[in-house]
Amino acid sequence: MTAPTTGSTRPAPGPPRDYRFPFFERVTLDNGLGVIVAPVHKLPIVSAVLVADAGAASEPASAYGVAELTARMLLEGTRTRNGDALSEQFERWGAAVGASADWDAAMLSMTVLVPRLEDAMSLFAEVLLEPAFPERELARIKAERLADLLQLRTEPRGLADEMFTRFVYDKASRYASPEHGDVASVKSIDRAAVERFYQARFSPPGATLILVGDIAVSEGVALAQRLFGSWSGSAASTSAVSDKPARTTRAVHIVRKEDAPQSEIRVGHVGLPRNHPDYFPALILNGLLGGLFSSRINLNLREVHAYTYGAHSSFDWRRGAGPFVVSTAVKSDVTAAAAREILLEISRIRADAVSEDELTLATSYLDGVFPIRYETTDSIARALAALTVYDLPNDYFDNYRANIRRVTAMDVLHAADKHLHPDLLQLVVVGDPAVIAAPLEELDAGPVSLYDAEGRPER
Amino acid sequence: MRVPVVTFRLANGLAVTLSEDHTAPIVAVNLWYHVGSANERPGRTGFAHLFEHMLFQGSAHVGANEHFEIVQRAGGTLNGSTWLDRTNYFETVPSNQLAIALWLEADRMGQLLPAMTQQKLDTQRDVVKNERRWSVDNQPYGTWWERLPALAFPPNHPFHHSLIGSMEDLSEASLEDIAQFFSTYYTPDNAVLSIAGDFDPAEARALVEQFFGPIPRGGGKPPLPPMELPAHFGGWERQVVPDMVMLPRLFLGFRAPVFGTEAHYVATVLAAILGTGKGSRFQRALVRDREIASEASAFTFDLAKGADLLIADVTARPGITAESLETEVAREIDRVRKEGVTDDDVQRAVALLETALVSSLQSAGDRADKLSMFATYLGDPDLVNEQTERYQRVTAAQVSRLAREMLGEDNRVSLVYVPSDGTAESSARDEVQEPVGAER
Repeated sequence: MTAPTTGSTRPAPGPPRDYRFPFFERVTLDNGLGVIVAPVHKLPIVSAVLVADAGAASEPASAYGVAELTARMLLEGTRTRNGDALSEQFERWGAAVGASADWDAAMLSMTVLVPRLEDAMSLFAEVLLEPAFPERELARIKAERLADLLQLRTEPRGLADEMFTRFVYDKASRYASPEHGDVASVKSIDRAAVERFYQARFSPPGATLILVGDIAVSEGVALAQRLFGSWSGSAASTSAVSDKPARTTRAVHIVRKEDAPQSEIRVGHVGLPRNHPDYFPALILNGLLGGLFSSRINLNLREVHAYTYGAHSSFDWRRGAGPFVVSTAVKSDVTAAAAREILLEISRIRADAVSEDELTLATSYLDGVFPIRYETTDSIARALAALTVYDLPNDYFDNYRANIRRVTAMDVLHAADKHLHPDLLQLVVVGDPAVIAAPLEELDAGPVSLYDAEGRPER
Repeated sequence: MRVPVVTFRLANGLAVTLSEDHTAPIVAVNLWYHVGSANERPGRTGFAHLFEHMLFQGSAHVGANEHFEIVQRAGGTLNGSTWLDRTNYFETVPSNQLAIALWLEADRMGQLLPAMTQQKLDTQRDVVKNERRWSVDNQPYGTWWERLPALAFPPNHPFHHSLIGSMEDLSEASLEDIAQFFSTYYTPDNAVLSIAGDFDPAEARALVEQFFGPIPRGGGKPPLPPMELPAHFGGWERQVVPDMVMLPRLFLGFRAPVFGTEAHYVATVLAAILGTGKGSRFQRALVRDREIASEASAFTFDLAKGADLLIADVTARPGITAESLETEVAREIDRVRKEGVTDDDVQRAVALLETALVSSLQSAGDRADKLSMFATYLGDPDLVNEQTERYQRVTAAQVSRLAREMLGEDNRVSLVYVPSDGTAESSARDEVQEPVGAER
């Protein structure tokens, strides 16, 4: 039987249809609260996000972890309802609610079907404006965070991420400690600290309410005015986070995980702040180096050498300079070989400009995938939240694709030269020292130190 | 709110579903092959999944890894996944790139084998072994998703063995296996294709006919061994697994009605009452009130043949032993079994299921995947439009009755992870291990 033919000629794309990021309107209420409404009338659903200038980077040095605890405590009780009653009520309206904090902001978020929007939004406002921070729930939420930290010791991926930031940033930098606090800091946080943080960081001028979905602009603004119009308070100042590195030389750090069949590898250094003028070239650079499946590092480690299930790189974008990191997990006996390939790829992309063909792999991907990122009300709301957190202009999304397409191979080369620093790389490996220590010494990538699962030096 | 559904079938048996939505210039292509780890022959555990990897290694007119590159260059996202009884492949692309997405899927459905080489197989075998190390062997509790099915399905039942496969069996897989598996299972009459999003129906249909039409029908697949199982386990089997973990974690499984039946909707609501959301029974009783658990959820596997599983997944708080964890979870289960559930319980669960469904239907990729799922399992993609109503029809009396029948001690399996000796020792001297709960 002859093989059927699909046709050897690849079909060409048709003419692209226009796409615009959803229209949105941005207003400021009299009390300073920012309000953004984006009508998207596809399905009878609305997502609401309240983003507040209350991220981990704004925590006092005495209370690392208080931002996440405060955000989570919003859902643990108000003046008139305990946490049980709150969850019960939200969920009977089918409202999926969450609260958390990242480095730069705290977010209270909710997705609900339109018929329950008004009811659910009143409760959403109550949660934000009248939190009670009950002692017992705080003790429980703290214990849950401590349980997470305890679990981390046998969870190699999370442990590697955590140890990596510890070895990359100077001890005095907020970025050197876990985003949600460590054992000592979380234990030390009491109700008064949560209350203080809430009072200091949650205020109308320091917050924006975002409504996206089956709702008109006028309706959204009226709803915001009615529920949040009487909120008062003034914005707190935000001081810059130190992004000082821990070391000025390359070093290798092995974190002991006895008998591990794989090594979790992290290679990187302090990266760039979100508002850096080289943001777009850096995005393309990262895509080609390790951001895409067809990137150099993934193809090398996975498809050429079969060292791993996957390898990728990223810039962690924050207001301050977050880390640049290459991450992978490899079979233990090829740990040093894999690390060598990562170092080679970082050097190689700094040495020569990428070809036009390679460049367009990343530019056409980021250009084309743009509308696919904003299919849901929740993803649009989160994008708009980022717009406010990083003070991006209102036409940011309208210009995004042109900004991507504008990046040249020379821009990528300059970004690689300027922002990748082979001499400053910290190599962090969570694995079995018996198998990996000697080969890593031989790799000669820098002095090798050994630590236990809590980061205490072993020698 | 209704998802438009148009279906047709090619002469070679390929079932096609089209679902238009022009709100954004995006289109999703989604293929389900009705084959999974259940179809593996003895000595070849993990093969269905390894085979899925090989489908990204090129076909007659596509080079190794080019599938990924072409789709990403087109501005699309893509992936594939393997489950016990199906394997899916999917991409979401800008709508002007529909033709290339369909062409790529057709090229590998029609002409995979010319591109298969020993070297590609050896590479993907090692990649998959690393996937196993990453997701199972080097992850705390990572073995649960092969231990639990092994406990819940009798030996030789198609759902009993490991989906990711053993290292030994992965080593044995040959190019001959690839050729045989491909010609048996990767045929148009064993697949469904869904297209959702911004396209012209006449044009999409013409493309499907042009690219997939010439692929010949398969010769039929061997029947699976008997899948039917008694409604209950007939006892309570327990397995204790010492592992490199810091906290005990319990997986408590119950045999449940198969996906697609009226009773399965009731079981889904029961699982949501027990373990979806902060207002669930588990969260309120185990996490909040008694402070036994640090995490607690419940869900169904949604298996469409033989029997489904409802799983309670609960991790202990520091200081809580595996024994008291098991006792406390069983106590909560028994309460629901004996006292039943309330209208409020059902209303909460159904409201959450409804929001989750509408949320996911916003995405073209999720829409296409759901259409393929209903087409594959139940032969009717239009069922996606009945989901909300089916859930709303579930009553507290039905849930209470099912809980009574299903949650008894004659229908349980437990898989309990406990810190192995070395780990327990290091955690015992830890100051975090202080009494935090009412029960120790």
